[in-house]
Amino acid sequence: MTGDGLAAEALVIDIPGRPDGQPLDLAVRPGQVWGVLGPNGAGKTTLLHTLAGLRPARSGAASLAGRPLPYWRRKALARRLGVVFQERHDGFPATVLETALIGRHPYLAPWDMETAADVAIAREALERLGLAGLEERLVGTLSGGERQRLSVATVLAQEPAFWLADEPTNHLDLRHQVAVMDLLAAQAAAGCGVLLCLHDINLAARWCTHILLLYPDGKACWGPTDAMLATEALEALYGQPLVAAEAGGARVFVPAGGGVSPPPGGG
Amino acid sequence: MRRLAPPLLILAAVAMAALALAVGIGSVPIPPAALWAVLTGSGEPLHQTLVLELRAPRALAALAVGGLLAVAGALMQVLLRNPLADPYVLGLSGGAAVGALAAMLLGLGSALVSGAAFAGALLSTLLVFGLAHGTGSWTPTRLLLTGVVVASGWSALVTFMLAVGPTRQLPGMLYWLMGDLAYARSPWWALAALAAAVAVAVPLGRSLNVLARGPLQAAALGVAVRPLEWGIYVAASVLTAVAVTTAGSIGFVGLVVPHMLRLVLGNDQRLILPAAALAGGALLTLADVLARTLIAPEQLPVGVITAMLGVPLFLYLLHRSRG
Repeated sequence: MTGDGLAAEALVIDIPGRPDGQPLDLAVRPGQVWGVLGPNGAGKTTLLHTLAGLRPARSGAASLAGRPLPYWRRKALARRLGVVFQERHDGFPATVLETALIGRHPYLAPWDMETAADVAIAREALERLGLAGLEERLVGTLSGGERQRLSVATVLAQEPAFWLADEPTNHLDLRHQVAVMDLLAAQAAAGCGVLLCLHDINLAARWCTHILLLYPDGKACWGPTDAMLATEALEALYGQPLVAAEAGGARVFVPAGGGVSPPPGGG
Repeated sequence: MRRLAPPLLILAAVAMAALALAVGIGSVPIPPAALWAVLTGSGEPLHQTLVLELRAPRALAALAVGGLLAVAGALMQVLLRNPLADPYVLGLSGGAAVGALAAMLLGLGSALVSGAAFAGALLSTLLVFGLAHGTGSWTPTRLLLTGVVVASGWSALVTFMLAVGPTRQLPGMLYWLMGDLAYARSPWWALAALAAAVAVAVPLGRSLNVLARGPLQAAALGVAVRPLEWGIYVAASVLTAVAVTTAGSIGFVGLVVPHMLRLVLGNDQRLILPAAALAGGALLTLADVLARTLIAPEQLPVGVITAMLGVPLFLYLLHRSRG
């Protein structure tokens, strides 16, 4: 059973106008890092929002610790489940520290002010993402990569048992991509369950224990990383010929063909 | 983390000073010593009448209405996630104006005019909310568009009534449209509504802070988004309806006051909401003093003063924030 994880039980995500495809039956367990791969429009973000309980499923259920998400109180869920969003809205100006501190919201009663302990947790999260020293900066003045790391730091301050991260390496330079992936792997090693939507197969190959391939027509397959990352499957997934190679003891995938040749089969 | 008390104490002191000024200034000036005598139960009978029956109720009404408009504006800005929203953006003042002007045309008394304004405001609220709700998708943009269109409908009706109304009633109608505290009889309803709103909104302040970052982010952090958004909408509408009913549609307080406070105090709603109540109240009280005294013994509608102060101030802030 799926008692100790974040599970999809015969889950069909609701993308208007798309056939049901393959229902998902999988569980993200503590210690695992799941990577979701798929082309644009395959439903990666929709799946992530459905697993976070932010969007209803078409059929089936997402559940945490054996209890379907709609039966959780929103605040109790937020103490266990953290979401790194791909899109961010900064309606009103706020500082970096204020933004990291909203990760503490699920732990505070209406009348509570943030305590010194909450501020310490937020500062430590900022430091782990390399944002120490920027606490008083306005979020609007940060670079894209700094904002992305701030989103991760906010969820780190939230201290969830399960992470759902939508392209957490967006906008990041190589060093920070590695740092964020290391941090998420360290969270998993410390007993968290992690699920990431990724566009970079090689990040998935190096850091994920499990892979879920989502196809635009609703088909899906999933399993341990070694079994899933076959060249033919990935070529079919992206509609793009790939070349697999060994580099530094790891398998890497790069697009085949030159940039100027027309796509085979009319794309 | 941030100390909330010092800015609020300063604003409370400013509001008290504005009240004292409003009670002391007028055709018969009342110096501070005489004012103190009145408040402690002694003092001349003329001063007693002036302060307790005329000036204090009007000053308190100005304080309450200004506070209501500023708090409602701050709430609307969070709801629509737009720092330039004001309490009237969803057509509420138009509905109130149609109700009030129709009652005036029918020759009803001032109590019924107020009642009709309140009914018109709530009708407009329900209309906009029902239409924007539609088949389920509920977005700030859709709410805003619906509100703007409904408001222009009301404004056409207002123009129609002004066109067909008898000449002798036009000044009263125009004064109501500009906002006028001369008709404010009892400040207690408005003050009670303001106190209740601040008492409820401040504990919800952190949830509002999270909501300002978007509904998905708020839900992921444990906020029950839909009930909170409905609550803000209803609260802001009722507060605005009480304000409009008390003093007509006074512009710019609900837009400018929260915006200025955000520039100075940051965006923590736990601080902004009570600060808006105090600053909005102080501003409107002072504006009403100007309205009574600038061309005394004639009086100006206070909405003229707030617009004359608000328009240049707001344009300046906008201009500066772009650079």
